[in-house]
Amino acid sequence: MSYSTIRDRFEPENTALQSDYNRPNTLTSGHRACQGCGEATGARAVLDTAYRATNGNLVVVNATGCLEVLSCVYPENAWQVPWLHSLFGNTPAVAAGVASAFKIKGMHDVRVIAQGGDGATLDIGMGCLSGMFDRNDDVLYVCYDNQAYMNTGVQRSGSTPAYSRTATTLPNAKYFGNAAGTGKNVPDIAMAHGIPYVATASIANIQDLEKKILRAINIRGARYVHVHVPCPLGWGYPPAETVKVARLALQCGLFPLFEAENGILVASTPIDVLKPVEEYLRLQRRFAHLFGKNANPEAIKMLQQIANKNLEKYRLSGGLSDV
Amino acid sequence: MLQQLEGSRAMAVAVGLCRPGVVCAYPITPQTHIVEDLGEQVRSGRLQNCDFINVESEMAAISVTIGSQAAGVRSYTATSSQGLLYMMEGIYNASGLQLPLVVTLGNRSIGAPINIWNDHSDAMAMRDAGWVMLFAETNQEAADLHIQAFKIAEETCIPTMVCVDGFILTHAYEQVDLPSQEEVDDFLPPYNPKMQLDLAQPQAIGTMVPPEYFMELKYEVHENQKKTVAVVERVGAEFRKKFQRHSGGLIRSYKTDGAKTIIVTMGSVAGTLKDVADELGDEFGVVSVVSYRPFPTDALVAALRNATNIIVLEKALALGVGGILANEIKLALGGSGQKIRSIIAGLGGRLITKALLKDCILAHDGDPELFLGLRHDCVNSLKK
Ligand SMILES: Cc1ncc(C[n+]2csc(CCOP(=O)(O)OP(=O)(O)O)c2C)c(N)n1
Ligand code: SF4
Ligand SMILES: [Mg+2]
Repeated sequence: MSYSTIRDRFEPENTALQSDYNRPNTLTSGHRACQGCGEATGARAVLDTAYRATNGNLVVVNATGCLEVLSCVYPENAWQVPWLHSLFGNTPAVAAGVASAFKIKGMHDVRVIAQGGDGATLDIGMGCLSGMFDRNDDVLYVCYDNQAYMNTGVQRSGSTPAYSRTATTLPNAKYFGNAAGTGKNVPDIAMAHGIPYVATASIANIQDLEKKILRAINIRGARYVHVHVPCPLGWGYPPAETVKVARLALQCGLFPLFEAENGILVASTPIDVLKPVEEYLRLQRRFAHLFGKNANPEAIKMLQQIANKNLEKYRLSGGLSDV
Repeated sequence: MLQQLEGSRAMAVAVGLCRPGVVCAYPITPQTHIVEDLGEQVRSGRLQNCDFINVESEMAAISVTIGSQAAGVRSYTATSSQGLLYMMEGIYNASGLQLPLVVTLGNRSIGAPINIWNDHSDAMAMRDAGWVMLFAETNQEAADLHIQAFKIAEETCIPTMVCVDGFILTHAYEQVDLPSQEEVDDFLPPYNPKMQLDLAQPQAIGTMVPPEYFMELKYEVHENQKKTVAVVERVGAEFRKKFQRHSGGLIRSYKTDGAKTIIVTMGSVAGTLKDVADELGDEFGVVSVVSYRPFPTDALVAALRNATNIIVLEKALALGVGGILANEIKLALGGSGQKIRSIIAGLGGRLITKALLKDCILAHDGDPELFLGLRHDCVNSLKK
């Protein structure tokens, strides 16, 4: 299976929960996300799946960031689940405490999801995240990766891609956006901790995302799911194109979909129609300086190489079982 | 039962008797023995139904307890000095979220220069964080204050810190009378959270609050802090009634009736000062502030009203400003005309001796701000 629409008339078993009129709506309407926000879409899909899988025995801990700010500004609240926000950099530890409390109370059916943006996860929260992995705390941590600090106005994070324009990596005559050769790969870091389950997912493949969350929520111990969530505001594309942009990231190989158990890669999703990275980059203003007057074909070549490496490393042309 | 115990151990036993469900901390001298002992209590099964969690930093320690307390379980951590600063964001967060955590602070100076010995700089760094802060004088009181702390915190939804002098209390062996489990159970009811992550009634805890509501929330918390003065006093009285000894309350006055000079202080140095007051005679008394937050303004004003000289001796200072407690006392006594002197003592573990204390207490026309035992030969600007 690859990238079908969320409702599949021909293969009903492939129909996503998100297409169900009676989905739980954990993040209900009325919140303040920008139109076309990939993060809000991703969070709702993740939590709806987890909510249904746990019969509502679900508690959510949220880091500071767009997802927190868009969902509840007092006295409004769009969450339909018990939800806790403490700080920007401590979410994995707070979630560990919540999990420990429910264990002590003997409420073993309750599952805890921690969630945050890329900045919360792999920059300021890295220490707490590593600690949560180290102790194998009974938490499913979900990172919504929009590749920059969106909530503070699109600054560079450790997940910002090479050459990307952000407010702190502005391109000019001397610089082509974010420096190449920087950044970190959290799914790899998570795998290096040997935790029971690590997966990547995308809002362009909701069925795949739902399956992975379903798998993750039923495992105990530390689990990590990294979701690619384009941001129209930060990346510079029309809100209606969020899923298209997300899909192209998959199809060019820049965002590989895979699963790992106990630190070992066990499955990846082959690309259905392989696309050049350029097609993905051209849609987004954050890469606009690579094209046009001061074009930088070398940079595009570099990004293509990164994609090619992913094809090989995660066997995106087939070779591992389809998830 | 009277036992000869290290202060840390006495506190750990007292905390264990309060039946915390989650204990989570990170090592730092001089706090470590407390959590080591709690870890042992959990592993040996003496403390049942408690999760003891080793974490990678103080930020994680306070955060784990924020999470567990928000999920409705009595939670505890301990730290000192740099560790408190490292968890500072969580310290403010816990009070803002109205989570009744109990934390022990083994008081230690703050670097640089790094120094592991006792003073009150760490506690003073969080004096406006919206916590209840209680200072222990003896190991007996250190143990007793923990039992009171859980009660105060849970009743007021204000996290409560028990401040104990590093080494002087944490590492000293003294006779301590520890209560039985039944007695503590009788004094401290099981935790009944006023707000928690509740599956039956989902709510969002920790939402963003815009300018239209923020002031009102802070005003309420401010008023709640002020009302807590009465709670700290009442819980101290209840404790006295139940356990037949004086621990806690707002302030402790010693020989203040008829005293012309009263020395105000906090923590273990009150013991030394009481000896000094005895030796100096009837005209000298001591007031120690047990409840530094909430600040017991009325009780202090009443206790100090008839003294002509007030000396505030403290183990911390606001650099470039002066004694912190001294300034707060000046504010409390505003315009009374009483002479108030400030003595900064014991920074970074400097010894506070009776001889030094007597000298500067008796120096009536002394400096309004004096550093006890300052070595002039080591300070460039003071070298002749
Ligand atoms: C300790 C601390 N530092 C900085 C901030 C400011 N801050 C709030 S949200 C945010 C960026 C969030 O980025 P990310 O985690 O990627 O989430 P996004 O908004 O992109 O979804 C920053 C820098 C903060 N709240 N706390
Ligand atoms: S800035 Fe981006 S991540 Fe934030 S709400 Fe808007 S679209 Fe979503
Ligand atoms: Mg982000």
